[in-house]
Amino acid sequence: MGDGPPSIWEWIGRNWDTGRADSIRNLLTDHLTMSLVPIVLALVLALPLGLASVRWRWLYQPTTGLMNVVYALPSLPVFMLLISVTGLSQTTVIIPLTFYGMAVLIPAVVDGLNSVPDHVRQSAVAMGFTPLRRLLQVELPIAVPVVLAGMRVVAVSSISLVSVGALIGQGGLGGLFTRAYQNPFMPPVIVGIVLIVLLALVADGLLVLAQRLLTPWVRARKGQAS
Amino acid sequence: MTWLSSFVSWLGEFFGSGENWSGPGSIPVRLLEHLEFSGLALLLAVLIAVPLGLAIGHTGRGELLVVVSANLARALPTLGLLVMFVLLLGTASIWPVIIPLVLLSVPPILVNTFEGIKGVDPELRDAAYGMGLRGPQVLGRVLVPVALPLILLGCRLSAIQVVATTTVAAYTGLGGLGRYVIDGFATKDYASVVGGSVLIVLFALVVQVLFALAQRVTVSPGVSQRLKVR
Repeated sequence: MGDGPPSIWEWIGRNWDTGRADSIRNLLTDHLTMSLVPIVLALVLALPLGLASVRWRWLYQPTTGLMNVVYALPSLPVFMLLISVTGLSQTTVIIPLTFYGMAVLIPAVVDGLNSVPDHVRQSAVAMGFTPLRRLLQVELPIAVPVVLAGMRVVAVSSISLVSVGALIGQGGLGGLFTRAYQNPFMPPVIVGIVLIVLLALVADGLLVLAQRLLTPWVRARKGQAS
Repeated sequence: MTWLSSFVSWLGEFFGSGENWSGPGSIPVRLLEHLEFSGLALLLAVLIAVPLGLAIGHTGRGELLVVVSANLARALPTLGLLVMFVLLLGTASIWPVIIPLVLLSVPPILVNTFEGIKGVDPELRDAAYGMGLRGPQVLGRVLVPVALPLILLGCRLSAIQVVATTTVAAYTGLGGLGRYVIDGFATKDYASVVGGSVLIVLFALVVQVLFALAQRVTVSPGVSQRLKVR
């Protein structure tokens, strides 16, 4: 270790790419996989479930009720219970995070679709849109802001929640926290927290950008108002 | 379904063992510890966040603080924060662990209290002033009862958060139900891991039910629209 503890920059330089599984670079890649997969999966699953709950009203109460219960389950015991099924793998972290994401996104999809004004829907029908085309070209675009607001919550919390997986050896950057605790040393903790918060900020920023690109009419309307 | 049978036998081993029902590491003791730590953290968070949220919502000053704290609390990794506080302050008392628990549970209550107060129909507020109520009276008799569902939602979300984080905090030496999970995992005692996990999940669900009941009892029927107004 030379003389005295290394500075945080020295520590990063020395651990960035050691070729081992616990180099910062590899932890970062793992972290991205374990947070991005649940975010995407949650959206892919929440869209049809949300659509179904709007089409068949009676589905809505049981679905959101179940999702409220799921959301209340603490992550660590859920990871632990899943180990006996999926082992000490990334899947054990990805499955619960996907469900937490769905718990936020299903209500968002439903609220988004319900925010479509009735006259807009009727205009689409009157113009001869088929139900599928009406969904894709009219209803979903109008639902985008509400769904993306949910996505922002899901993205940021998934990215920070992955680190709890470190307690079962699958936490991406969270591995820096367990390493720092076992061998009391501050730089890994700081690096881990800063990288996770930065990742969350970048994901949030990208989603804001996506919203601007997907809903150009919102800006046009604001421009008119001013 | 081999995992199911081993799952059941682990549960039997955990809940059937006499050691787990008396002594310092027994289930009742761990349960009380979990209740004590998460209750303490939640209580402190409520004491900080509710007055602050009421003040910011009522005066409209400091909205930025609410937005920033909400986003930061979501982005900050709980495990990292716990390890950081323990490395900084040591483990001589439980406070190095309780402080991050409180920090993480303030924002959901703060945001929802603020949104609740801010979202009260302005006409309702004006009517209250018009009837001669003063600022604090308007807040206490009109704004708080109307905002109560959201304030309680904030407390419920914080409770979810705090029960989960107390579990994680066992890693940094805190007692409570997380001990079974963390220690069991370290010593490959899967009966302890599975039994502890089931206990924590049940604990979290009971807390949820209690909050749902609290909401029914405390929210005015007029506000919750259980009373049909004609």
